[in-house]
Amino acid sequence: MSTSPEPVHYMARSRAYYEAQGYERPYVWAHFDDVPFTRLRKPLPDLRLALITTAALYPRRASDQREVAWGSTIDAPEVLYGGDLFWDKEATHLEDLNSFFPIDHLRRAVDEGRIGALAPRFYCVPTSYSQRQTLEQDAPRVIGLCKADAVDIALLVPL
Amino acid sequence: MSLIARELEAAGIATVILGSALDIVEHCGVPRFVFTDFPLGNPCGRPWDRDMQWQIVSTALDLLATATQPRTTVRTPYRWQSNTWRTRFMEVRDDNRAWLAEQGATRRATQAHRRETP
Repeated sequence: MSTSPEPVHYMARSRAYYEAQGYERPYVWAHFDDVPFTRLRKPLPDLRLALITTAALYPRRASDQREVAWGSTIDAPEVLYGGDLFWDKEATHLEDLNSFFPIDHLRRAVDEGRIGALAPRFYCVPTSYSQRQTLEQDAPRVIGLCKADAVDIALLVPL
Repeated sequence: MSLIARELEAAGIATVILGSALDIVEHCGVPRFVFTDFPLGNPCGRPWDRDMQWQIVSTALDLLATATQPRTTVRTPYRWQSNTWRTRFMEVRDDNRAWLAEQGATRRATQAHRRETP
């Protein structure tokens, strides 16, 4: 049996990459000693799930305002965009929506009774260099959307 | 996305992340994480492989129900078809150093110009 290769060390890799690009101060990745935890109060078949993605509803440019957005899960788009995001554009592609936005699989999970329902909207959360923007601006908006949509649980899929 | 998961969890919404950047997510510290060791871009499974994608999504749903403590990571058993991406992604080599330095300089100049343009 072959052993699994070591997962890529992305923090070290990106540090070296941006240093080679002439950036003097390395990015400080978020780190916490404490992690919040919420136990399920009901079985999964009684709960409503929200799907959250870092992909965008349109082909975003680097200069565009990056804000939380949403779309319908009932009439979900056939394409989402991630051209401006940090992923391996040489090794793979985003042509199959369900490889990063598993809408069909979640519909199946509802049909098979694994989860109670899918929230009527999915949410797009921009990745931000600023952790402050994520914590003070984006996270409260996502929580507000979850409350408005009576969401119990969330599946988050960063590209 | 790890920060969003933490904030949702603190607000009483249980979360699970599907992702491929193990070190970044675990360094942050999140409640539940399903890790697939693929190139960044297809955290739900190989493109067009419906069975694999369903298994990975199912693993995430199971983890929502079964995790009993935060920082619970589950690794899926899937392997990408080759390993060349592991070394090539964001690789700094002697033959691309000059190009990378130029890219960085151009980017900084563009950002500076944008800041100065009303």
